This record gives sequence, structure tokens and C-alpha cells, in this order.
Amino acid sequence: MSNTKTIREIHDAFDAGITNPLALTQAFYSKIDQSKHNAFITLCKDRALKQAEQLTQDLKSKHGGKVPRGTHPLYGIPLGIKDVLTMDGVRTTAASKMLDNYISPYTATAVQKLENAGAISLGKLNMDEFAMGSSNENSAYGNVLHPTHPDRVPGGSSGGSGTAVAADLCVAALGTDTGGSIRLPASFCGIVGMKPTYGRISRYGQIAFASSLDQIGPMTKSVEDAALLTQVMSGVDMYDSTTADQPVEDWVKVVRDTAANPSPQGMRIGVPKEYFIDGIDSEVRQAIEDTIEKLKAQGAEIVPVSLPHTEYAVATYYVVAVSEASSNLSRYDGVRFGVRPKAAMEAGSPAEFYKKVRANFGAEVKRRIILGTFALSSGYYDAYYRKAGQVRRLMRNDFEAAFKNVDVIVSPVAPTTAFKIGEKAKNPLQMYLTDIFTIPASMAGLPAMSVPVAKDHQGLSIGMHLIAPRFKEGVLLKAATIVERISS
Amino acid sequence: MSLTHLGIPVDQNTEFETVIGLEVHVQLATNSKQFSTARARLEAGKSVTDEAVNSNTTPVCAGHPGTLPALNKTAVEYAIRTGLATDCKINLKSIFARKHYFYPDLPKGYQISQFDLPICEHGHLDVELGETGEVTKRIGITRIHMEEDAGKNVHMSGFSLVNLNRAGVPLVEVVSEPDMRSPAEAGAYLRKLYAIVTCLGVCDGNLQEGNFRCDANVSIRPKGAKGFGTRAEIKNVNSFRFVEKAIEFEVERQRQVILSGDKVIQETRLYDSQKNQTFSMRTKEEAEDYRYFPDPDLPPLVISQATVDAIKAALPELPDQKRDRYIKDYGLSRYDAGALSSTQSLGQFFELAVKLSGTELAKSLANLLIGEAARLINDAGIEIQDSKFEPKAFADLVKAIADKTISVTAAKQIITILYTEGGDVGSIIDREGLKQVSDLSLLEPIIEQIIAANPKQLEDYRSGKDKLLGFFVGQAMKATQGKANPALLQELVTKKLKG
Repeated sequence: MSNTKTIREIHDAFDAGITNPLALTQAFYSKIDQSKHNAFITLCKDRALKQAEQLTQDLKSKHGGKVPRGTHPLYGIPLGIKDVLTMDGVRTTAASKMLDNYISPYTATAVQKLENAGAISLGKLNMDEFAMGSSNENSAYGNVLHPTHPDRVPGGSSGGSGTAVAADLCVAALGTDTGGSIRLPASFCGIVGMKPTYGRISRYGQIAFASSLDQIGPMTKSVEDAALLTQVMSGVDMYDSTTADQPVEDWVKVVRDTAANPSPQGMRIGVPKEYFIDGIDSEVRQAIEDTIEKLKAQGAEIVPVSLPHTEYAVATYYVVAVSEASSNLSRYDGVRFGVRPKAAMEAGSPAEFYKKVRANFGAEVKRRIILGTFALSSGYYDAYYRKAGQVRRLMRNDFEAAFKNVDVIVSPVAPTTAFKIGEKAKNPLQMYLTDIFTIPASMAGLPAMSVPVAKDHQGLSIGMHLIAPRFKEGVLLKAATIVERISS
Repeated sequence: MSLTHLGIPVDQNTEFETVIGLEVHVQLATNSKQFSTARARLEAGKSVTDEAVNSNTTPVCAGHPGTLPALNKTAVEYAIRTGLATDCKINLKSIFARKHYFYPDLPKGYQISQFDLPICEHGHLDVELGETGEVTKRIGITRIHMEEDAGKNVHMSGFSLVNLNRAGVPLVEVVSEPDMRSPAEAGAYLRKLYAIVTCLGVCDGNLQEGNFRCDANVSIRPKGAKGFGTRAEIKNVNSFRFVEKAIEFEVERQRQVILSGDKVIQETRLYDSQKNQTFSMRTKEEAEDYRYFPDPDLPPLVISQATVDAIKAALPELPDQKRDRYIKDYGLSRYDAGALSSTQSLGQFFELAVKLSGTELAKSLANLLIGEAARLINDAGIEIQDSKFEPKAFADLVKAIADKTISVTAAKQIITILYTEGGDVGSIIDREGLKQVSDLSLLEPIIEQIIAANPKQLEDYRSGKDKLLGFFVGQAMKATQGKANPALLQELVTKKLKG
């Protein structure tokens, strides 16, 4: 059977006895083994197959051959997990040499919730080291290849997740998004990527990059699957004090109801003038404008909006992100876990030991630690981190003002489609600008999605970016469902 | 060439004034750690060394990748209690910040503390000074903030090991104003703060285990100078006496530095109690930039006024209130009342004993407890409830003194026996033959014998040397092996000497 199916389709196939969790898991592993994409860093075959076997048995013996969708909405669904999320007893590297031998002693809350709902974790997906990058060229375990264009990048940092879902190496995957790390690879790889509101999903077990921005989210083949995974993972977690006590709605129902009647009638869609700038690839601009036209034609109200502080977004983001990263990565000192190079063991002092151990970080990670250490240092804190916090509030205000008049805001996800391997690797600044449209929503903590709407003349995917107000995932998913329908 | 300090000429005869500010780390007696579910408190009667190394950790306090802090509510309550008991303003919103430095015992590479907005500010406490404690002085408290402890490095030959059992244990740091002017004032402040936190039940108060550790900022200035001299910080002293001695040493060291024409440098110093001196650990130039910033993993701590009010209403009687009650209810001196209320356990013991002995014997009870009994338990470094002392035994003791069954001297002897063995006071008196002799037919012949044996002294006494009374009483007491009723003995000797 073809595996390019959504969760609902797979469950129907389980019910019909066409396949079962074990057969499906084995099929994915044989595809992964043949794949040249370098999407996975670590496979946990024994763990996954054992789980799949049990689920297959239970399906017959306990559930009469029918998927218990109510109690286990992800029953027997094989997923890929970005290697920045911990799993008890499984190697977790964050794509860094620093953690090459690190076996986590606990499971991330989000992963645990998915597994409790019946999901099977196939393995740990490749990514940019510590989630720092936009092209997946910063992994200590090598580039991830674009799913259809091997000379191109899949986007980053959740590049392994993007390629694995698009190349059908798993049903869906978890990614993490700090400034666009879910949405960009989703756009480049032609799948759906969702970053929920900051605080929706517990970060416990997500190896931190920038704590005030990091958020886990799904990367899927459909908007409905994204809704389902988000619904399962959301909620307050006593282990993460930044999770929000906000009601988790039945977003799958929202998607299905919308799909039954996918009309944007009465929906107010904001188009920020600051996001349609020079430098956007003309095919990308055309695709997004065409989609906006279609929405308008079907009854949506298109409202020009302004987000005046957008021009400061990238600079501000990099101050916040590198500052927090420099702090979060302090714990990689070789004392309790991680790799200790031989040279470190011969060090004569703690300071020398740290130097030798921390030389193991990749170039981009080192660059950000150095920048962040500078930005937080005495005498610079006020000018950088504190100031960035103030600008961040202004950006939040921009969105709040805009959302008084619109339900969602749309834009391109990125200025271009997937670029070539090596094209931007030598120019960090150009690389940073890849995230120019995704960063503002991250800075404001807003839920945002990437939904594929078209392909360029080379067959490279173009994603539309949708942003909703805080904790309005329902509104976001409704709009995404409509965009998904009118684009197919 | 004449020397100056703070613009004032100084020489050997200059009178310097000491300026001391204290930072005390109080370990909070919560069950779990500040930000993780690992146990924070030792089981009763166990010491840190009884614990298997690194057994008492979770991925959170060991700083594993992906872990996040979750604040301990009880620790917050304890911090508020401490603030209320020291008349602090409780900040309804406070912020946790990360303090960065690299050290193997610091798992995350940063300590979670409070910086810009601590939970308590602007408090004070009153300390009693002078021999009788009649003088009080108000010492300002700048701030009280919450933080987590680090682990411990254990140095072996050629390598070091790290024990994280203590990592993440909740602390409050109580920072005083530079209001103290002598080692004795510093000692009095520490003892009062200790009395308060143990009375509040927020700290177990085990000094050996480092439950209450002090950093002292010390500088000197010519008396009358307005500014402050450069200060040295003496780190991590965990005994009141050692803090006093370390400050004494440091004051003299700084005086010598100034009088030799050098400048005191701002530095961190350690106190070596064996050598009774401080030595330099690091200078300000070597001091680290901690890169404080608000911890993005912890939202601002917001407390309601109602919560603060409820905690306030439930505060126990504080040492000063207890002292005043002892003075009022039992007629104790301010000094005795202060000493008994200085630790929770001593006060409790006293009150249990006084219930059994009756209020009229409270003074006598106080004397025994503060004198002999306190000395023994202090020397052993234990609390009275962990000793073999029982309130009933002390009530029996003061009753025996009151009805003249035993002398005060004998009582002291019995306390030593009670300390090592415990037991019933009546049986000890019998066993040790400590019953006081008040029998005239026994005492009179002894006195007569002694007077007869010392004609010279008798003559001198009768010619006006009254002091010799003591000599005769002493000799007589010796002859009865100390068992004579002293008051009666004195009365009889006087009578006999007068002839």
C-alpha cells in the first residue's frame, strides 16, 4: 500500500484490516533504510517494533479490530521525533558532537503524550545543531537532503522532520520552532508545519535553544493531522512553568467542519505591507498573491495591515535568541554528560577543561554563544537584551493592533523556495534573513502555520504563512484548512 | 610623610571604626528542592555523609538537557515568612534571574537566583548588646532573595568528583545593611537571625551541615569618617564564633595594611579557623561577570496580598515576643529571657519544665538551663531535644534546690550526669550521695573543729578581717565534701565565729 496517507486514512486502513501498526512500522523502516536523505540520526527499532507489535495484538484482542480513536487518537501511528526532544533510554544528540554519546534518562512531555495516545516513535530526526540554522547544514551528522531536489536544502532547523514527512519516511514528525524552524522546512519540503502559541505545549524535554521563543509543533501531510497532534500535545505541564492554562479545544472537529464547507466567507484576512518587500522571489510573491486572490474571490475580506516594527525583527530576534542560547548551552561542560575529548582529560585546570570540551561545538553554535555572552555581559545588557525585550513588546503591540481588524494574517513563509546546498552557508547574515517573515510571530509568541500552496517552475514548494492571535489555534486551523482546500 | 585614609590623616594612635555587612545563606527546610522534586532535607538524625553520593537527584537538579525548573511553593512561603519576621516589605511580584559561572558543582552553568526584584526588601531586626543585653540596636536588612544551592566538589588525589545531592536545595540569602560596628554586633545579629529562622521553622539550623552560612563584608574607617573604606568579603563561615574571630583578624589586618601605607584591595577572602586568619581567594579584577538576566523558564513570581496576610497571621511567636513574655510571666531578667528564647528548642524545653516546677521556680530553672545545660549542648553542637535532658529532670532539680535537698553545686554535678546518662534526679541524688546536709548535730561539731584548728585566722577575723568568713565556710564545706546546706552553713559559721 502507499503510505502517503493521513492519520485518518491509516486508521481506516487498520479498521479494514488492510494493514496494521507492525506492518506499517516495518514498511517505514525499510523505506528509511533505503533512503539517502540522511533524515534520521538515530533509529529506535527495537523499542518501536516492540510497541508496534503490542499495538497490533491489542487492536485485535482488546479493541475488536477497530482503532480506539477516542482513547488513543494516534493508535499505531509511526512518527519521527526531532533529535532535540528527549526519550528515556534513547540517544539524544541535538545534532551536536557534544552529545554524541548522551542517553537521556527521561522522556519529553510532548513525546510522552503522543505515545500515551498510541503513537510509535521510529527514531530521532536530523536537524541543525541545537536547532541553530535555517538549512540543516549545521548538523554534526551531515546535511539532510531536500526530499525531491537532492542538490537543495530542506530548510532548517527541523530539516530532518521536513524531509522525513515529505519523503514519506514517517506519517508525521515533531519539529521545534524558535524563529521559523518548523515553518521554513515545511514550506521548502511542501508539507504542513505548525508552531502553536508559546506556552501551548510543554517544553519539558526539549533541549533549549532560546527558552522564551522555543516551541514544539507538528509537521504533517495535512492540516487535520497538525490539528490532531497539537491537540494531543497541548496543555499545562507541572514540569514547565511557562505552559498556559488555556482550554484545549477540539481542533480536529474545527478542521473537519471547515473542510465540509471550506468557505472563507466573512473571514477577515490581513496582508501586512511590510511582508511584501523587494527581494521576494517573484514566483513566491505570485503564488501568495494568487492564493489571496482566490480567498477574496470566495468571499474573504482582504484587509491591508501594517506591522511597523517588522524591520527590527531579525536584529532583535538574534539578540534575544543568542543571549538565551549562550546561557542555555552553559551546561555542556563535559562534567556530567556528553563527550570529553582526550585533550580535555589532560587539562590542568577546570578552565582549560571547559575550553577543550566546548571546542566540540560547531561553528554556528560557537558564533551564537560568543554573541550571546557579549550581549549579556556587564555594561551591554541594557543596550542589547533589555532593549531587545522592549522592541519585542512593540512588535507584540503591532500584532495586537492588527488583530483588532483581522482574524488571521498571511504572508509568504520565506522570500525564496529551497535554495542550493552551500548557497548561503558562507554568509550568516543572508542565512538569517531567510527567517525574516517567520521571526515576528515567534517574537510575539503567536500561533503560525505553513501550508503548501504552489510549486515554482522547478517544482519547488511554496508555503503560505498564516498567523493568528495568541491561543487562537482554532482560527488558525480553520484558515489553514481553507487555504489547503483552495490550493489542492 | 603622613598617611591618610578616606582623606583623614591616620597613624598608630588613630581610632578606627569597623563597618560590617553580612550576607547569610539560610537553607530552607522544605521537603523537596527549590526547582525539582528531589529530596532537599536530610532524614532526621542523618548527616549529609550518610547519603549515597548523587543518589538524591532528578534530571532537573542534575541539569540534564531539556529539563526546566518548577518552583517549590513551600520555599516561597518560607521566604515570605522570613521577610515578615524581619519587617521586610514583601514584593508581590519578584523575578528569578540566572547567575552564570562555570564550576563543576554547578550543573546548569548558572544558578537560579533573584537579582533586580527580590521577594523581600527593606527590613530590619533588633539585636541586644552589652553584658546584660539591655542595649538594643537596629540592623537594617537590605533584601532577602531566593536561590538554589550548588553541589559539592570532592577532591581526591589527582582528580575531583562532584556530588549533586545538595544541588538545587532552596536557600534564602539575607543581605544586611553595613550597620554593624564590631565583631560582637555581627555575632549578635547572626544569633538573632538564627533564632528567628529556626523559630519560624523555615530552617533546620544545623550549623555543621551548613544550614546557615555567612559571608562578611568588612571594612574600616577612621572614626568620624563619612565614607566607607574598601571592603573585603570573607566567604562561607558557618559558626558564629568563627565569624567574630574572622572579623577581628580582618580588622587588624586592614589596620596594618593602612598604617603601612598600602591600600586595602577589594577581594574575596577565606577564613582558616585552625590558623585563625583570613587569606585571599580572588581579587576584584579576577571577579566574574555573572551576566544576570531574567530566567525565561520562570515567569515572574506573583503573590497575592491575601497570601501574604495569611502567612503573616500564621506566624509563630517570634524570639523577641517570646523574650518579652518570659520577662512578664516569669519575672526573668532580659538577659535570661533573651537567652532562653534564642532557640526554639531551648524555649520549648524551658516552658515544659516550668509547667512541672511551677512559675515560682522559673528563675532557678533559667539559671540552670542557660548556665550548665546550655554549655554542655553547645559544646556538643546539638539541640537540647537531641540530648538526654528531660524537662521533668530539670523541674525535679530546681525543686530539690528549693527544698534544700541539694545545693546548687550538687545540681550542676547532676546536670553533667544527666547529660551523659539521663535518668531520674531522685535516684542520682541517692546514688551519688548528694543530699544536702542540714542536720545541726552533724554540722556544728565540724565547724567547732575547724575554728579550733585555726586560731590565727579566728583572731584576725575577730579583729575585723570579715573576709575570713569565707575561709571558714570553705573549710567547713570541704569537710562535708560539699554536701552542707550552704546557707545554713554560713549562718552557723558566723554564729560560732562571733562566739
